[in-house]
Amino acid sequence: MTLLDLKPGQRACIQGWTTVEPPLRLMELGLLPGTDIELVRFAPLGDPIDIKVRGYHLSIRKTEAALIRIERP
Amino acid sequence: MAESTSRPTRKIALIGNPNVGKTTVFNLLTGMRQKVGNYPGVTVERKVGRIVGDLDIDLIDLPGSYSLSPKSLDERIAYDVLIGHLPGETAPDLAVCVVDASNLERNLYLVTQVIDVGLPVIVALNMTDAAEEAGLSIDVKALEESLGVPVIPMVASRNDGIGKLKYRMRQEELPEPAERKWELMPVVAEVIPDLEEELKSHLPEKSRFIEALQCLTSDTMLESWLTRAPRFHARVLAVRERLEERKAPYRQAEIMGRYNWLSPLVARVAIKQKDPNQQTVSDRIDAVLTHRIFGPLLFGLVLLLIFQAVFTWATPVMDGIEAGVVGLGDLVRSGMPPSMFTDLLVDGVITGVGNVVVFLPQILLLFFFLGLMEDTGYMARSAFIMDRVMHRVGLSGGSVVPMLSSFACAIPGIMAARTLANPRDRLITIMVAPLMSCSARLPVYTLFIAAFLPTGAVLGIFTFQGIAMFSMYLLGTVMAFIAAFVLRRFVFKGESSFFAMELPPYRMPRFRQIIWRMIDRSKAFVVRAGKIIFGMSVLLWVLATFPRSNTPDEMIAERATIDLQIDTRADSLQAAGMTASNALIEAQVAMNGAIRTLDARESAYQIERSVIGRMGHAIEPIMRPLGFDWKISAGIISAFAAREVIISALATLYSVGDIDDDSPLLREKLKADRYADGSPVYTPLVAVSLLVFFVLALQCMSTLAIARRETNSWKWPAVMWLYMTGLAWLFSFVIYQGGKALGLG
Repeated sequence: MTLLDLKPGQRACIQGWTTVEPPLRLMELGLLPGTDIELVRFAPLGDPIDIKVRGYHLSIRKTEAALIRIERP
Repeated sequence: MAESTSRPTRKIALIGNPNVGKTTVFNLLTGMRQKVGNYPGVTVERKVGRIVGDLDIDLIDLPGSYSLSPKSLDERIAYDVLIGHLPGETAPDLAVCVVDASNLERNLYLVTQVIDVGLPVIVALNMTDAAEEAGLSIDVKALEESLGVPVIPMVASRNDGIGKLKYRMRQEELPEPAERKWELMPVVAEVIPDLEEELKSHLPEKSRFIEALQCLTSDTMLESWLTRAPRFHARVLAVRERLEERKAPYRQAEIMGRYNWLSPLVARVAIKQKDPNQQTVSDRIDAVLTHRIFGPLLFGLVLLLIFQAVFTWATPVMDGIEAGVVGLGDLVRSGMPPSMFTDLLVDGVITGVGNVVVFLPQILLLFFFLGLMEDTGYMARSAFIMDRVMHRVGLSGGSVVPMLSSFACAIPGIMAARTLANPRDRLITIMVAPLMSCSARLPVYTLFIAAFLPTGAVLGIFTFQGIAMFSMYLLGTVMAFIAAFVLRRFVFKGESSFFAMELPPYRMPRFRQIIWRMIDRSKAFVVRAGKIIFGMSVLLWVLATFPRSNTPDEMIAERATIDLQIDTRADSLQAAGMTASNALIEAQVAMNGAIRTLDARESAYQIERSVIGRMGHAIEPIMRPLGFDWKISAGIISAFAAREVIISALATLYSVGDIDDDSPLLREKLKADRYADGSPVYTPLVAVSLLVFFVLALQCMSTLAIARRETNSWKWPAVMWLYMTGLAWLFSFVIYQGGKALGLG
């Protein structure tokens, strides 16, 4: 499953990427395999989303969120 | 040996993630001794402050960056400055990394990169109050030991710890550069020494590792070595190929290596005393401000309120300044003999200065509100709320800040577009930013809305004029979106852009910082725009005064007739028993109307034949379908220097030749102006047509100049001018002709 399968408020752990060339910017910002991640909410118009990772809030688009493979505890 | 006589100077670079209070630290350290320029060849702002003392320090404020692996121009510059790559810019002696204590892991990522550059590093551990609030207790000593560099805890917003940082920066002995402690995955680590070897004759030993690593992962970094060290270039390509064959994820290796080292380190030094998943105050505020329904509603309300406030709160101050300028002009006139020099002083110089100062209250207010949004963290939320819309027209939420900044002025807006990593996004943002109504348009809006639109109130607190003002801003914004969509669709086709934006915690606004920034930005506006406006005011007076033409015979004859009539009348009054002087005055008063009409006709005759009048006449045929006469056309031409110049242009056009002492305000003069057939020049419809023209037309040399610099060619500014002026003409044409057809003329 990917990050987009979470409901707002749910937490999960990043497993990897659904693509062979993951966006390096997201990795630099701390989204790595093994990192805990929370989908906080969707923006008012449905996109982008607000995620919480390593203690801070980050906003990414759904297209990028769909690249992040996760597993629920 | 000139150097030995001057005090020793140390060069220090200040670096950090965005939103960590780096600018606050910079301002506190350097005070008002700041110099802003550009890096040679590129357009990234170079901000240097000086700390004076036994040892002078030049502090370079580097652009906020998450990483030194360049993904945007800003990050490229940050890296190049630190490593000393830029021509004419030596590497700094020390780097101060400002770090957000409540967000250690991501912030320390950058710190480990800066350490790898090989410079001595000091970490300024900022926002320790926020960390405490979040339930984090940080073991500073352990952090220092793990990183191998000094760490100074501080709360810059409360001026805590700045003295200690300054002291450390001044200490004669610099801290030792730290060793690299993190490790690359073996398959990548083993190829690096070979690459370092190739850089031997080009770089000092300490910076070879990071350069080799950067080039391995980044094409833009590698490109710069193609001519400088072709062997190194070829070697990197070969290594990449080998790693790809072995399916080694070498592009991610650096990031994983650094975080693998950092995560346990941070877990050790920052002890969580609260459940990290507990909702913070900021989270609860976000639940309302980015709520599905309340979020956009509140955002719209915030914008409407800002513009309403900017329009109404500033008015009393502006009226005061206007009255002061008129009073000063009268004072000068009464104290000096009537001459062309007095005219120049009053109509050119004093009016010119007044035209700059009078709009300062509005500009200050607008900058204040933008600063407030930035400082509280609401600016990022506005991007979060708006991204879907921006994305649809081919931009990203990241374009919201450059575009909102363009409400103040397109120049900082266009420059702010540098933060966009995607070059296509950046170019589109630059191309449409000037459509956002800048503060220079504000005076034009103000004058014409106040003069020609009704004052009635709607819904209690909103007035017609406030709503009209809002509509101007709305029109510009909507057109910017449409233009972006068209550009993305037909000019810059291709993959959509990438978006990742931090949502910093909300904080109480720090008014000192906001006001500091407000004054800073307004100063730039007054200096840059003010010079042009002032210069243009004087130049325009000259253009409107010269060449002098001879008064036509029929007017001379008319004047003679009037003089004769006065004489005759005075004679007959004197015969009726009045004193000679009283009789003359009485006779002149009786003929006052005729004298004034003739005076006005004479000055109109003069202006029409002046340079500016001729220019206005020349383009009048093109402008007539929009409802503009030659005076408005002349004003539009002169407004190219800067939009607000049209005000001083019209002021000059209408006050030259005016002999009345109690000269009414410009808006009264505009209202009174008539065509030869007696119909008013300015109807509300003409005012609307002109307003719309100003919303859409690109009449600003400075914008073209900055666009030329940012895009590095005249092509884009030319396209920009053509499409915007074309749009302006088209819209004004439709509005004026449509309005007339509907009987609104």
